[in-house]
Amino acid sequence: MLADYIRKRREDRDILLMTHIVAGYPSFDDSLRIVEQMVEGGVDLMELQVPFSEPIADGPVILHANQRSLEAGSTVDRCFEFAEAVSQRFDIPFVLMTYYNILFKFGVQEFADRMAAAGLRGAIVPDLPPEEAGDYLEAMGRNELDPIFIFSPNTTDTRMSLISSRAGGFVYCVARKGVTGAETSFSADFEAYLSRCSAATELPLALGFGVKDAADVDFLRGQVDIAVIGTETLRVVDERGVEAVRGFIEELR
Amino acid sequence: MSEQGYFGEFGGSFIPEILVATFEELIAAYEEARADPAFWKTYVDLMGNYSCRPTPLTEAVNLTRHFGGARIFIKREDLNHTGAHKANNVMGQGLLIQRMGKKRVIAETGAGQHGVATATMAAKFGLECTIYMGEVDVARQRPNVFWMERMGATVVPVTEGSRTLKDAINEAFRDWVTRMDDTHYALGTACGPHPFPEMVSWFQSLIGEEARRQVLEQAGCLPSRVYACVGGGSNAMGIFGGFFEDDVELVGVEAGGAGLDSKAHASRLASSDATLGVAQGYKTYFLQNPDGQMNETHSVAAGLDYVGVSPILAHLSQTGRVRFEAATDEEVVDALSLTMQKEGLIPALESSHAFVQAFKEAPLMSPDEVIVINQSGRGDKDIFTIADAFGDPEWEAFIQKKAKEYDAR
Ligand SMILES: Cc1ncc(COP(=O)(O)O)c(C=O)c1O
Repeated sequence: MLADYIRKRREDRDILLMTHIVAGYPSFDDSLRIVEQMVEGGVDLMELQVPFSEPIADGPVILHANQRSLEAGSTVDRCFEFAEAVSQRFDIPFVLMTYYNILFKFGVQEFADRMAAAGLRGAIVPDLPPEEAGDYLEAMGRNELDPIFIFSPNTTDTRMSLISSRAGGFVYCVARKGVTGAETSFSADFEAYLSRCSAATELPLALGFGVKDAADVDFLRGQVDIAVIGTETLRVVDERGVEAVRGFIEELR
Repeated sequence: MSEQGYFGEFGGSFIPEILVATFEELIAAYEEARADPAFWKTYVDLMGNYSCRPTPLTEAVNLTRHFGGARIFIKREDLNHTGAHKANNVMGQGLLIQRMGKKRVIAETGAGQHGVATATMAAKFGLECTIYMGEVDVARQRPNVFWMERMGATVVPVTEGSRTLKDAINEAFRDWVTRMDDTHYALGTACGPHPFPEMVSWFQSLIGEEARRQVLEQAGCLPSRVYACVGGGSNAMGIFGGFFEDDVELVGVEAGGAGLDSKAHASRLASSDATLGVAQGYKTYFLQNPDGQMNETHSVAAGLDYVGVSPILAHLSQTGRVRFEAATDEEVVDALSLTMQKEGLIPALESSHAFVQAFKEAPLMSPDEVIVINQSGRGDKDIFTIADAFGDPEWEAFIQKKAKEYDAR
């Protein structure tokens, strides 16, 4: 399972990098080249987002990528083919990120079966709270896939324990209020928050929302297991092109 | 959160973790208010003093004579301050905002009626106010944008997605996750995550409570049927709420757009095009493709142009308690025209959907029977759309002249 991979990998790296892409943005060919650049640049795991027309937890940059990917004709099926291709070709774990309706319409059990068949290792579904996740947890468990859940700064300690009891792989800690893609200022409250997170779970911790450069990654060293770089890589692709991704990743460490 | 907020298999709360604490706070405030009779009294008094409640129930004598069937009564939500039932829900949530001590309110709007009502409430209660509105709706409901801005609200046009109501809701959620500490999101219809469907229906239940009392007084009997248009479902839930326990047939009328077989419509329950899904925080019937991506919808009435529908109404459709029908754009304009000419009333394009179905059925009913139509809002806001629909040459000439005057400046 993912937690073991993360712990093992942490033996010789003081922080792991997880990057995020929206499948089919700007195109599936480009997505493949972006993954290639990221793996060559040294990322340790990756999040593949299956686009959804109503991504309420995402900010403007990722929202835009979702819409463009759908306009270009992305389907769930095509995303699975893509996921299968990259999991076969690259030697890092891939997890899927999408909204619950995509699983629900596909059939939650069938979706999990298909994820496993594609070689994916887990999933992040930001609009599926653990209270609503019965079918999902069962389907994920049956396929030995990790259900990755989220902590946020206003999640209470009791609720963190509840979430942790359902979660697998790692816990995704949201650094601040807001949607993906805005700046985060890491304050003193932030350290208190991180210690609440580590106290609440045995699972490795990933931190996302607003991590954008080497200074941010540096700051997180020793505090969490994984730094998540989401929106910023999309910005790099949009502003500097696909070929700039590798260099951007290399500079983060 | 647990099993709260389900109506049969519909509803629930599918929200990002970051909003869970905010929803818990809202649910607590709502439940406390609901258990407190003083809160309801304050609400009713406020609506009486600020918004002309109780709104009248008008007997439509000429329309009744015209159709020669059931006696037609019209519940006049158009006479609320700001011209629609939306004011009820907004003032109710305004009182809750005061209880929660928040300083800022945000809202989505389609037709602009909910936006105008929210901007009004914000002005009255001294709140900062931001309204999200799809770019398409900004263009077709300009007069409402004007009023919102004059009342001090910031109107943000939403340029992503289909640029209509659903996209405005997404943007409002995105705002809320950034500023939930000082901000309340006043959702405008009986949709979204728990407690919104139930809470909005509660605030709107004033309509049905009054209408039941009024029809008994004026007609001496309960109506055989009650008609309401259905966008998200709040005015329908409001008026139906007065008659759930009675032997009264409840009829919800959705947007048939260019016709149910055209795909260019917004009928989630009256057509077989919608399927069960989870979006915008709740589970209901959505107009979506087999992958679960939301479709474009169409209606001449911005307020009905929406992909989902109240989970409470989805349940009532399943149990058969409410019957669902659809009215096309063309039928809507005809019904509106007839109502203006026969009664001097100007229903909103949204409300005119309910009139269409009532007009189809009234002639087939007996003169002993009574029907009630909910006129959810007034049509003045639709003057540009209605003038275009009528192809009014003088109006067009007027606009062209006005444009030339601006150009000359
Ligand atoms: C006048 C009027 N009627 C009806 C509606 C539809 O909303 P609901 O179905 O929530 O009543 C709207 C929405 O904007 C409206 O402005």
